Amino acid sequence: MHRFANPARFLRIAKPLTPALFWLGLLLTLIACIWGLFFTPTERLMGDTVKILFVHVPSAWLGMGGWTGIAIASIVQLVWRHPLAGVAARAIAVPGATFAAICLITGSIWGRPTWGTWWVWDGRLTSMLVLFFLYLGYIALSNASSEKGDTSRVAAVFGVIGAVNIPIINRSVVWWESQHQKASITLGGSSIDTAYLVPLFIAVVGFSLLFGALVLMRMRTALAEMRIEARMRRMAQG
Amino acid sequence: MKPKHQRLLLALIAVVALVSAGLIAASALREEASYFYTPTTLAAANVPPGKAIRLGGMVQKGSIVRAADGVSITFIVQDQERSQKVAYRGITPDLFVEGSGVVADGRLRPDRVFVAESLLAKHDENYVPKELADIDMTAAENTQNTVSQ
Repeated sequence: MHRFANPARFLRIAKPLTPALFWLGLLLTLIACIWGLFFTPTERLMGDTVKILFVHVPSAWLGMGGWTGIAIASIVQLVWRHPLAGVAARAIAVPGATFAAICLITGSIWGRPTWGTWWVWDGRLTSMLVLFFLYLGYIALSNASSEKGDTSRVAAVFGVIGAVNIPIINRSVVWWESQHQKASITLGGSSIDTAYLVPLFIAVVGFSLLFGALVLMRMRTALAEMRIEARMRRMAQG
Repeated sequence: MKPKHQRLLLALIAVVALVSAGLIAASALREEASYFYTPTTLAAANVPPGKAIRLGGMVQKGSIVRAADGVSITFIVQDQERSQKVAYRGITPDLFVEGSGVVADGRLRPDRVFVAESLLAKHDENYVPKELADIDMTAAENTQNTVSQ
């Protein structure tokens, strides 16, 4: 891990990796969306509403996966003081918040025809909304530090504390009776028919690759801004 | 101990403490954070009549009875162990069908019938294409016919 913590080496790897992840991710996402929208059968009870699945599930996965990434990067930043870890954590925040929001919005659109309501305050929906607010808090906190690209330690601590919510979201439908259905895909197998499962899997991979490309782009931007700032400061002194 | 190891230890202690705090809080909330009562928890909870609560479970097969006025229905909500009679007046959601999940807002009447003010359908974790479900249904009906013959 220490090998990749060097910003110069990171940039050498990230430069060709970014377009590779982006285009492959975009291709898979398009395939999954077209497949999911036009070539999947209508569902027994939900009808065509089931097709929101192919956006909702990958977004939920990335919303939660994003914060898991922030938490891991924050621990690395706090313990090993790798500057790149803080940059990574900050780069994840905005895409993570965006996908958490997409998850909430698509879920709401699905809930209206399926359940008969846009929103209920059950364990799953509430904990996911809390995740979205945690993202907003994290973004505000990491932007509050004075310098561009500065890896604030307060934000890192917040990133670790906020991770408590992730297992709560995951377990909410098991611990508490909830309006939201229980997990369809578990270690024991899947209760989603193969006709939906295959495009769903492609969508999850495609969205994840796009997410990776976005994070790499944001990290490279942050590193470039840090270099500009350093150079400006040198010029101002010299 | 190097400072790096000290920080690692502190971070680990912090993470363990946080996770345990979260788990303890969540398990303490187990009853309160449930969105609805199931027939079994409702029977155990001793809820007084007239108190606004939610009831959830499966609509028992063959239990929906429509009254002559066309908008009043009664049905039975069940879980694995118990069942609860529900009365409702209004338009039911599209996904309100027998054998499927339902969450009802309402109150218990003194005669222990649950009077629902609103119904929400609850979808389960199974995603089955319509054609497959039809085949299953036909197969089940065929079996039934064979048995009855």
